[in-house]
Amino acid sequence: MNTLARRVVGAAIVALGTGILGSAATPALADTPKDTLVMAWQFDDIVTLDPGEIFELSGAEYGAQVYDRLIRFDVKDVSKIDGQVAESWTVSDDGKTFTFKIRDGIKFHSGNPLTAEDVAYSFQRAVKMNKGPAFILTQFGLTPENVDQKVRATDPRTLVFETDKAYAPTFVLYCMTADVTGVVDSKLVKSKEVNGDFGNAFLKTNSAGSGPFVLKQWKASELLSLEANANYWGGAPKVKRVLIRQIAEPATQRLLLEKGDVDVARNLKPEQFEPLRGNDKIRIVQAPKGTLFYFGLNQKNEILAKPEVRKAMKYLVDYDGMAKTIMNGLGTVHQAFLPKGFLGALEENPYKYDPAKAKELLKAAGYPDGFTITMDVRNTSPSMDMAQAIQGSAAAAGVKINLLPADGKQVVTKYRARNHDMLLYQWGADYQDPHTNADTFAANPDNRDDAKAKPLTWRNAWDIPELTKKTEAAVQERDAAKRAAMYQELQREVLDTSPFVIMFQQTEVIAERTNVEGLVWGPSFDSNYYWKVSKK
Amino acid sequence: MAGILKRPGFPGRRHVVRGTSLLVTLALTFLGLLLVTFLIGRVVPIDPVIAMVGDRVSADTYQRIRQELGLDLPLWQQFLRYVGDVLRGDFGESVLTSRPVLEDIARVFPATLELATAAIIIGVTLGVPAGVVAAVNRGRWPDHVIRVLGLIGHSIPIFWLGLMALLVFYARLDWAPGPGRVDVFYEGLVEPVTGIITVDALLAGETDVFWNALAHLVLPASILGYYSVAYIARMTRSFMLDQLRQEYITTARVKGMSETRVIWRHALGNIAVPLITVVALSYASLLEGSVLTETVFAWPGLGLYITNSLLSADMNAVLGGTLVVGAVFIGLNLLSDLLYRLLDPRAR
Repeated sequence: MNTLARRVVGAAIVALGTGILGSAATPALADTPKDTLVMAWQFDDIVTLDPGEIFELSGAEYGAQVYDRLIRFDVKDVSKIDGQVAESWTVSDDGKTFTFKIRDGIKFHSGNPLTAEDVAYSFQRAVKMNKGPAFILTQFGLTPENVDQKVRATDPRTLVFETDKAYAPTFVLYCMTADVTGVVDSKLVKSKEVNGDFGNAFLKTNSAGSGPFVLKQWKASELLSLEANANYWGGAPKVKRVLIRQIAEPATQRLLLEKGDVDVARNLKPEQFEPLRGNDKIRIVQAPKGTLFYFGLNQKNEILAKPEVRKAMKYLVDYDGMAKTIMNGLGTVHQAFLPKGFLGALEENPYKYDPAKAKELLKAAGYPDGFTITMDVRNTSPSMDMAQAIQGSAAAAGVKINLLPADGKQVVTKYRARNHDMLLYQWGADYQDPHTNADTFAANPDNRDDAKAKPLTWRNAWDIPELTKKTEAAVQERDAAKRAAMYQELQREVLDTSPFVIMFQQTEVIAERTNVEGLVWGPSFDSNYYWKVSKK
Repeated sequence: MAGILKRPGFPGRRHVVRGTSLLVTLALTFLGLLLVTFLIGRVVPIDPVIAMVGDRVSADTYQRIRQELGLDLPLWQQFLRYVGDVLRGDFGESVLTSRPVLEDIARVFPATLELATAAIIIGVTLGVPAGVVAAVNRGRWPDHVIRVLGLIGHSIPIFWLGLMALLVFYARLDWAPGPGRVDVFYEGLVEPVTGIITVDALLAGETDVFWNALAHLVLPASILGYYSVAYIARMTRSFMLDQLRQEYITTARVKGMSETRVIWRHALGNIAVPLITVVALSYASLLEGSVLTETVFAWPGLGLYITNSLLSADMNAVLGGTLVVGAVFIGLNLLSDLLYRLLDPRAR
């Protein structure tokens, strides 16, 4: 053999050798250490870690571990609200002034004490930065100009919050449970301010909270590492750290979970979690979340504008069939605009797949042989599968649907231009109050093309001055029971007449190793808590 | 010889001319690349403001961001602004990571570089000998075995192969560690210098981390390498067959030269030039990042980065990533050109 050949063969042997050695030298760990929770999750939607800016699902969950909020709701019974940073509160007789008593003895991760000043600063910066979630606060009449007067600390333990009108107290309080009210360490954040950015650049990738965990490291779409806050006022977490790894592929998540290299897998699909039900080392947990799958019928289209056609479309969806096949565990049939877990949520699903009834309605509308129409849909699962199922079931009444699949952002761009016929999408609640959904499904203050607000009603050109007034009234009703009843009425009316065919409420499916205990999976991502987790 | 060919002017003139024309070509290629990627970013029917701040933004914020992005300017002004920024080394910020795109790329590219380099080493060390053996034994069993293996390598989806490899070598046999570049507990132990974990670990003297990272590299690199093996072996085989038919081979044999010398020195030596192109091209395509392998093995590389950015209409990141891929292609082409000249006297 000559030199070249010898070199080639030699290199091959070395390469193979190192490969085998490499795998032999580090046998894979059988289990993760007891003081560390390891999670596999698709958290690549996180674009910022600043609580004044977070508006993504995964980001909201992060915020809930690192920041304390003013108050929070009971994940088992959302009608119960209790204090977190606030230990108590009062509402003035005119309903416009909320006074919160701040808990004594809370310390930030930095060691600075948490005072009413920090809470006021957190609200003020959120309003002044005016990022995605700011509207949750500005809808109470706060502006960058007046926020310093409207939200203020009268002493280190008293925070006063004034609204422009008398709203339902529950509405105000539920909004105070949102991530945007996460309290930041004002001393630390102010010291990191650059060009009047309220420390936004710093907080995007760092933390300044008082919650049970401290941010150790965030590598976008790669790793999120949290460390326990041993001095947490509510009691130190039982684990020392939480490591969250971006694993995009569900099948890979399943392998890692089965091997015990992760303790929790967050993004399994039915084909991955169904076979795991027989595995006694793994527990499948299902938590309904506030996201609805629906399709909208653009009222600019003269066919879809007919009331009978709107109703007919609601009879042309095979709800139960899709629930068993496409959704299989990832969602339940839900037709009202308030998801389960919200004040006043209606659990009636009056529509069933009934092509005969749909045909009658279409005949009355003047389309005895049906019609041809397009449906925009984002090209991912399960939206695309749903659209195809609807295409099939609607054909039974002669409605021929041409699907226009596209990337999600592209679909939204078209939606906001009102250029669609039918469009299938999902809607996630912004905060835990019924107004978040009523405001978009049952109110349309301005239906003109150049309107400032673009709620779902506007996007489907559904002009509803009467309903809009009722929605306005509901958000100002101070009696919680009466308020719930008003939302039930609104939901029934929307069910009956709206151009929204709401089909499913999303369920989050979590697979945990059985030695993991104490993780809380609430009705929204910002009410998923790791605080009390422990490993046996 | 040299005296006859010598041209008037200073001695280095030829190199300067060639260098300048090379630079001009490079600049034009880059400008073209910039223009095309920029235009693609502008014609996709996605509202960049929505992509950036989300669907529920207030009307005021929407307007403000639109102006900040310069979207109200005419297209040619937007392009000039973009080129100006790029020339200053400013690729903008990524929407997804809230970090400068350049920083992101400096983070993800080494991951791809590590994987691609390991894969191409496997590809060349196994592919070239396999191709030679197949050509020499044309029509006999070694040829068939190598061809079938090559065919499998080229036709099985890499996604499936990756998952199966994980299932067998990680989940069942426990020979290899799971997905990721290192075990999650080793994450962050080594200060990134080059961004290539194996190299950084050695630099820091952390042998534990080195072995762990190397073990993590074996499976994905072998899967990717298998693909290059298949391609390189096939090309080597056909180049070799071509050479073995040539008269100089017969001459060499008639002269009584040993068969190994004929094949490995004469024939292989003569196919070195086209082979370099093949290897350079497959290396370049590996450096683009293999989205599917990176997805299955949770390998945060360039392919995954560009794909994620595309899916979320993060145009700064897409443009930045595309430019890097373009630069890699141009660079490797240049390199193989230079190697040509080194190996083939006719190209000098």
